[in-house]
Amino acid sequence: MSLMADTLTIAAVSAGLFFFLAGTVGLLRFPDTLTRLHALTKADNLGFGLIVLGLLPQSPDVASGLKLVVVWLLVQLAGASASQLIAQFASKGGPSA
Amino acid sequence: MSLLPDFALMLLILIAAVWTVSARDRRDSVIGFIVVGLLLSLAWIRLNSVDVALTEAAVGGGATGLLLLRACARLGPNETEGVSLKVSLRILTGVLCTVVAVALATIVLYPIEPAPTLAPTAAAHMGEIGLGNPVTVVLLAYRAIDTLLEKVVLVLALIGVWALTPDPLWGGAPGSLRAQHSSGPLTFLAQVLPPVGIVIGVYLIWNGADRPGGTFQGGTVLAAMWLLVMMADLREPPEIRLHTLRRLVVLGPVVFLVAGFAGFWIANGFLSYPPDLAKPIIVLVEAALALSIAVILGMLVAGPAARAPR
Repeated sequence: MSLMADTLTIAAVSAGLFFFLAGTVGLLRFPDTLTRLHALTKADNLGFGLIVLGLLPQSPDVASGLKLVVVWLLVQLAGASASQLIAQFASKGGPSA
Repeated sequence: MSLLPDFALMLLILIAAVWTVSARDRRDSVIGFIVVGLLLSLAWIRLNSVDVALTEAAVGGGATGLLLLRACARLGPNETEGVSLKVSLRILTGVLCTVVAVALATIVLYPIEPAPTLAPTAAAHMGEIGLGNPVTVVLLAYRAIDTLLEKVVLVLALIGVWALTPDPLWGGAPGSLRAQHSSGPLTFLAQVLPPVGIVIGVYLIWNGADRPGGTFQGGTVLAAMWLLVMMADLREPPEIRLHTLRRLVVLGPVVFLVAGFAGFWIANGFLSYPPDLAKPIIVLVEAALALSIAVILGMLVAGPAARAPR
């Protein structure tokens, strides 16, 4: 049972790290603000989601697991809102100063 | 092997710090400062100081960063270039920083053996106070006078900001915190997040008795929720002449002082608590302090009055 949980953890966290790597490469390489944001949201949503998924089998009790899920949901909300704000700002002409 | 992440973190902090100091644009350096704050809070977690990490993230990165960003927005773009220190002042700053760095390095590399510590004594008496978080015990029982003065300083800071109000506007409301363009996502966030944020803030305050957390962290989260609502223009900042607002500002220090003076009668001196009542008193003081911190931080960011009282 613990072997299965560990395998799931390793697989999910590795996949999550891959998305973070891909997101960072995209952030550095993509040509404009909107595509860079697109790359970043992949890291935030999928990468962080997979890492939380991977950590769930390791949490000692249900309450800690739920806290992890709440953290993931809050990061989703914050990330999505911040991306929208940056995108709106960029589409209105970007930083004026 | 386990030191590798720590070295990476140290390198990142140094890079971010150098970038913050050398950034040309004022706003860039404020953003660098916020990044340094977040990285430092990770470093505190690596040192197992979760209380300090939470404070650093909430106050060092979050609240201070927001204050500095507001200050940047307040200063005109013309004032950006005017900041150039004299060479002698730069050299003096460099020398002082080097002295501090060398002193810290000496202490870390050649520690006194055994290190002077009050930790065993502090831990031995925790049971008498009935709290499980040693940091809260030190802040509110052993060194309560420091904590009290800290909160009074916050009130003084707010009075200082309010004192910048021009005479005709005295008593009015601070300028609107609204963003230049109204934004659907921001309004949505300001409607969805506060209920969750308030629960988390109260949880941090309540949790502070036995586990990492506390008044300052929880109060800052509450202030952040209030500021979010003001920035999304769902609520205007209140007028600074309002008595309710002013009572909330001094509530925390007043409750703390009353509890302190009560110590003369119910225990053996200023700011000492009778053992069986210690926990209820501390929790009451913490709740009042957190409320005051939230209001003070919110009004500090909102700034001096910018509109005449209605």
